[in-house]
Amino acid sequence: MDPIPSEPKPHNQDLNLKATELRLGLPGSESPERNINNNIGIKILVSGAKRGFSDTINNNNNISSGTWGFKNSSCVKDCEGSFGKNGGFLAESNNNNKNPCSAVKDSGVKASSPKHANNHPEVPAAASKAQVVGWPPIRSFRKNSMAAKNTKNEDDLNAETGSCVYVKVSMDGAPYLRKVDLKMYSSYLDLSSALEKMFSSFTLGQHGTHGSSESPLMDLLKGSEYVLTYEDKDGDLMLVGDVPWDMFTGSCKRMRIMKSSDAIGLAPRVMEKCKTRN
Amino acid sequence: MTSSFPEEVLEHVLSFLTSQTDRNAVSLVCKTWYETDRWCRNRIFVGNCYAVNPRILIRRFPDVKSIELKGKPHFADFNLVPEGWGGYVYPWVVELARAYPSLEEIRLKRMVVTDESLEMVAKSFNNFKVLVLSSCEGFSTDGLAAIAANCRNLRVLDLRECEVEDLSGHWLSHFPDSFTSLESLNMACLVSEVSFSALERLVARSPNLKTLKLNRTVPLEKLSTLLKRAPQLVDFGTGAYSAEFRPDVYSSLAGVFSACKNLKSLSGFWDVTPAYLPVINNVCSQLTSLNLSYATTQSPDLTKIVSQCCNLQRLVVLDYIEDTGLNTVSLSCKDLRELVVFPSDPFIGDVDVQLTEHGLVAVSEGCSKLHSILYFCRQMSNSALIQISKNCPNLTCFRLCIIEPRAPDYQTLEPLDTGFGSIVQNCQHLTRLSMSGLLTDRVFEYIGTYAKNLDMLSIAFAGDSDLGLHYVLSGCDRLRKLEIRDCPFGDKALLANASKLERMRSLWMSSCLVSFGACKLLGRKMPGLNVEVIDERENVNSIPEYAPVEKVYIYRTVSGQRFDAPDFVRIMGKDKDAVYNLS
Repeated sequence: MDPIPSEPKPHNQDLNLKATELRLGLPGSESPERNINNNIGIKILVSGAKRGFSDTINNNNNISSGTWGFKNSSCVKDCEGSFGKNGGFLAESNNNNKNPCSAVKDSGVKASSPKHANNHPEVPAAASKAQVVGWPPIRSFRKNSMAAKNTKNEDDLNAETGSCVYVKVSMDGAPYLRKVDLKMYSSYLDLSSALEKMFSSFTLGQHGTHGSSESPLMDLLKGSEYVLTYEDKDGDLMLVGDVPWDMFTGSCKRMRIMKSSDAIGLAPRVMEKCKTRN
Repeated sequence: MTSSFPEEVLEHVLSFLTSQTDRNAVSLVCKTWYETDRWCRNRIFVGNCYAVNPRILIRRFPDVKSIELKGKPHFADFNLVPEGWGGYVYPWVVELARAYPSLEEIRLKRMVVTDESLEMVAKSFNNFKVLVLSSCEGFSTDGLAAIAANCRNLRVLDLRECEVEDLSGHWLSHFPDSFTSLESLNMACLVSEVSFSALERLVARSPNLKTLKLNRTVPLEKLSTLLKRAPQLVDFGTGAYSAEFRPDVYSSLAGVFSACKNLKSLSGFWDVTPAYLPVINNVCSQLTSLNLSYATTQSPDLTKIVSQCCNLQRLVVLDYIEDTGLNTVSLSCKDLRELVVFPSDPFIGDVDVQLTEHGLVAVSEGCSKLHSILYFCRQMSNSALIQISKNCPNLTCFRLCIIEPRAPDYQTLEPLDTGFGSIVQNCQHLTRLSMSGLLTDRVFEYIGTYAKNLDMLSIAFAGDSDLGLHYVLSGCDRLRKLEIRDCPFGDKALLANASKLERMRSLWMSSCLVSFGACKLLGRKMPGLNVEVIDERENVNSIPEYAPVEKVYIYRTVSGQRFDAPDFVRIMGKDKDAVYNLS
């Protein structure tokens, strides 16, 4: 195939509008100034809900040097100042900007060393791959079908394939529900802070400055107004947090933040469940 | 001319035109043709439910028998569209019930369908015949029970990968004993067990049943019973295909399959026990379509089956088939038109499955009629892509997903620009393209230059600058759907090509560099577009104008802004209180 002569592209140059032939913008409008940094390595690692970008970035997440370069791209003014640090694209803690990358579940290890995964079945396979929301593009129906197949092999150590398990989370009184991928969290603490971010807008509306403004949902939960419950494989309603985390992720079908008054009598079931599983 | 040409004749001529594109073209010829078309067009297709509204539809088309509606953008399939975004069918059903009591067919894709909507459908249309729900959600088996109980003339109930709240399997038992008109039943996506005897009786009293797709709970041992009742089946989907091997079950099943002389399509095969696969040997040569994408068995078992499918046109399979299996396909399935290969373990970094670009190249070489490809793999090279483009100049749909984002040519470590460039240059009939791997702005230059028939383009983790987006928007004349994620495309290309957006159905951009300010400007300047910023961040109101949005979905509409959007969706640039009705 004949190579198409490409337009002279200014490398290492400001993609300032006046300089390039793409003098873009609707008549009468001024496109905002853009400052470009080249060869930016960007890898944003977020665990948890989309809502909590800035908060979770501030937590102790690993930031490795970027493998996803945004060469010659226009970047946001605010983030300029952060480029110097670790060479990565970081949002400042007081910076409300979120980076343009999608949520990525950090596994700590780059994908170049996944060969170990096969030889050491005790290493969870998910540890060798960072997971991106919606990638690879496979429909939930297929993902859940394959996941369902894998959970049948309880004795098989390779059953932890790292595939997604999406469950719906509803909150009594909220106008719409959310979906979360349980595999993205490693503990109840992880999950609850993510849920807090997702549903805080609903609770804020109801309770204003009740309790500390940092975590209005947790305040609500502690204040016994709401409890976090889930429906398990058998269709039973259970309190979240009473069974070991792995048992929870394996059996949770959907979650519900419900009013405490509706949740009486859930606790005693836990002992039965643990007995039947063991 | 109009006075000497009776409308009845024109109407008769137009009745032979069934494609929506043709009908739309016809309606633009002159007022008479517009009027004739609107009075006799009774199959309606709405590609974006927010591009128009029921009132406009009803005013234009007084007699509608069949309607197809699509809701959420395609990337909703991959969880990129948050819950609550929209796509509710209920307001449509209310109006349709009032205006078209003789409506017969409803087809919905990616819409939110409630039990209430289904109940309304069940009770409002006396002659209701066809219900197809693809990738829909929001309803339960109670809604299905209402359909079953009330739609006396139902022919098709087709649930394709829907998210159904499965309360119980009793819904099936709501089909009355007098109900005998069923032609197609697809319940593969349902989870709970239906009463087998009710199912058997239903099948037995449906002489016109051509399509039957069971769900996982129907066990293998019971399949013979069902198939004995319906040897006329054309399209059959098994339930869970696993059981301890028993010779009597095996021979019984082989026998009933052999008796299905019209069987052309098979699917299902969940949790497959390989020993039971050969029961279909006798029907393999009849098959034109085979879906083994839930058959988690190894290459030799799969290969043995496909090697007998000499008339196969469509194959959907897991990567367990491996390159060797695909090589067999290339030798045995000379009539193959469509190939889909899904990954068995997409989230594991390294696997033992030997599926590479070689398998795809082999099929492209051996199957000259191949026109549609969806292929997941872990490595690709420019030379392989070039070979494929030369082997299959008639490709209409090419979707390649290299699992690792930004993976380069594994041999040369170069971007895959020339490979995909070759695809668009050699395959002039290409209407749909999805790309992956390491790609620079250059590939978009190729696309803009050569892909003149491209209708839909999906891009992820690609490109270097706004130039990439500009090439596509300015070069692809026929482009109607563009979806982009995680690319460094921003305001410049978008604003420069604003008028192009009105000639497209929709544009999706997520995790790119499009700013709030640009979205607002676009929304304000283009009344014919809804510019939806979808942003779930907490403090989104305090984010500066030049900062990038999380997601933006832009679509043309004659209906003005919508009022059913949740708080994380902002329709930019429109006065909230004004209603722009451009119809």
